[in-house]
Amino acid sequence: MEVFVQQLINGLTLGSIYGLIAIGYTMVFGIIGMVNFAHGDVFMVGSFIALILFMVATSFLGLPVVAALVVVLVLAMALTGLWNWTIERVAYRPLRGSFRLAPLISAIGMSIFLSNLIQVLQGPRNKPLPPMLPGSIQIMGQDATAVAISYKQITIMVVTIVLLALFWWVVQKTPLGRAQRACEQDAKMAALLGINVDRTISITFVMGAALAAVAGVMYLMYYGVVNFSDGFVPGVKAFTAAVLGGIGSLPGAVLGGLLIGLIETMWSAYFTIDYKDVAAFSILAIALIFLPSGILGRPDVEKV
Amino acid sequence: MAESQNGAPKGAVDLGAAIKDSLIATLVMFGLSVPILALRTDQNMENRLILEPRWHYVWIACALVFVGRLLLTLFVWNKGAKIVTKKAATPSDLANAIRPYLGRIGLILIIAYPMVALSITGPQGSIKWIDNFGIQILIYIMLGWGLNIVVGLAGLLDLGYVAFYAVGAYSYAIIATNVIPATIPSLGFWSFWICLPISGLLAAFWGVLLGFPVLRLRGDYLAIVTLAFGEIIRLILINWIAFSNGYAGISSIPRPSFFGIPFNASDVGFAARFGIEFSPIHRTIFLYYVILALALLTAFVTLKLRRLPVGRAWEALREDEIACRSLGINTVSTKLTAFAIGAMFGGFAGCFFAARQGFISPESFVFLESAQILAIVVLGGMGSLIGVVISSIALVGGIEILRELDFLKQVFGPNFDPAQFRMLIFGSAMVVMMLWKPRGLVSKREPTIFLKERKSISGSFVKEGHG
Repeated sequence: MEVFVQQLINGLTLGSIYGLIAIGYTMVFGIIGMVNFAHGDVFMVGSFIALILFMVATSFLGLPVVAALVVVLVLAMALTGLWNWTIERVAYRPLRGSFRLAPLISAIGMSIFLSNLIQVLQGPRNKPLPPMLPGSIQIMGQDATAVAISYKQITIMVVTIVLLALFWWVVQKTPLGRAQRACEQDAKMAALLGINVDRTISITFVMGAALAAVAGVMYLMYYGVVNFSDGFVPGVKAFTAAVLGGIGSLPGAVLGGLLIGLIETMWSAYFTIDYKDVAAFSILAIALIFLPSGILGRPDVEKV
Repeated sequence: MAESQNGAPKGAVDLGAAIKDSLIATLVMFGLSVPILALRTDQNMENRLILEPRWHYVWIACALVFVGRLLLTLFVWNKGAKIVTKKAATPSDLANAIRPYLGRIGLILIIAYPMVALSITGPQGSIKWIDNFGIQILIYIMLGWGLNIVVGLAGLLDLGYVAFYAVGAYSYAIIATNVIPATIPSLGFWSFWICLPISGLLAAFWGVLLGFPVLRLRGDYLAIVTLAFGEIIRLILINWIAFSNGYAGISSIPRPSFFGIPFNASDVGFAARFGIEFSPIHRTIFLYYVILALALLTAFVTLKLRRLPVGRAWEALREDEIACRSLGINTVSTKLTAFAIGAMFGGFAGCFFAARQGFISPESFVFLESAQILAIVVLGGMGSLIGVVISSIALVGGIEILRELDFLKQVFGPNFDPAQFRMLIFGSAMVVMMLWKPRGLVSKREPTIFLKERKSISGSFVKEGHG
């Protein structure tokens, strides 16, 4: 029981990170129908930006860790948003209206470009940080079987919940969110009604990247290490989460993220840690084949 | 970085607006480069991270963006105002005259290539040219032609093609190092030639096996599922140590023989039998011709299949699956044959790869390989055989050439390693090609059936990649 509760906590923490990345996939797919293959690498870039900013904040400016984290979070969101804005502008926007494979190939190229750019600029080795926010709270059980929730995990979950609430409010209640939902339903019609579709798409990319940057900060805080190749596997898992939850659906992305996080930790705890990525990829294949519209998504009707 | 046609003024040159526009672009570049380029993280002696500032790179990058953007705005994009009269490309008489023979000239050049390299650079120097350039490029040409059957002809976007390459390589490695010595050791030096068809068949079997579940999927989803399959196979190869020896890989895989005669210095070796002096170059040249023959087989089969009912069904499927089904084409068997035949050639290439390297590990079968093969097919122009050749030479050869650019060290200092930019250039090449020519280098399509004369049509009229 204790093991189960502990894994539940770990799984939900990991799932929050996947959910944050998954939102970027699901929004971009919803609005322009494209799998943004480079999104995992945008997350990795966000993580690197956070790493460098965190070091600047703590070692040069001498800020305490908590204050540094807040500053880093805000700046990393802004800068990663700028990265994704530029990527969209350079690599995807000119391809709108081109044949369907072109944006996918361009995104794959961008993914390779980003991870190798970071490799060239920051070096190929792992980047470890000293542990942040040490300590934990025991919530049940005794010594050996104690279930603990660490401050890191609490921070990750709280930040995720707060940001999701904020985000949900933006998409549901503001004119910007209304424009996004309109473009998602019918971009041509939205343009006729005076919505600047290009700008809305750009903002969608920026928002997705900002959430990916949050995930990057959380990932860095949770694992304490980041590498230039860390974008691919979390990216694929987050995409799995987006598909599992129903691509295009925001609550679905979060739900899918939590499910993937739970499945991954439970699989590692009860079966074997070696095959945990196999489990994630298998779920991706199974979800796409048998449940292509996901748990909360609308079924896709093919018109002839 | 932030080029966009929207910001460029049309018509009269407006210097003020252009400068303002360039300043914005520079500001974007500054924002992009601030933490990532300006500060480099590095481990110090105590293995702790330290920051190493290098702001001069940021200033250089910003200056480049400002000047580049300004020049582009003033002189290149400005021409948008003039009516561009683009003449339809009419090839000159000379080009028309040699066009029918182009394939043959290319073939002769490719066949003569090892001999030319040998005579120019000598036995020692030519190994590099034949092996790193010749064989390497031919492997990718073969993989590109194999994937072209799946992507270019049948329109099934496969991002996990490297899985079949891995199946072929591991089939040969395991059969030749474990199974044959344990069961029929008398086979001697024939193992490569026995295993080649077996590898192809096993890969085809896996193609059908992985093709079955994805029959209903199209487009992006198909691409992602095949990517997942490719990764699953690689992860199993890493983790199932009893079967594949995990990360350590399989070594001392038997090398191919000259139809039973080994390439070694012994009395029964190739050199002794043919009365020539022993040299390792013999095997390299032989390998070159083996992969050339395999690649040509792939091209030959592709050309023939396009004229057969199954090939026509593939192309019809690519154009419109629903119409296909209404006309009574069995889409299940059509798709599965495409997967199987594409996978089979991937398997042949994998078998050859294992035999050429003598060592394989899961590291050789990462997603990047699949992306590279797909990039070769797409950049060459899907469905075009000659396009695959051109893009393989450009991409694979271009990347290999980077290793040769040692003189750049004298310009940029001894720490400058051009090879580290390989994948960076490769990734940007994919993006730039999509922006510049999304249909690939060879975007003309040759019909297989015609009324009076063969007219090639533009690639933008076919629906490759929609499915």
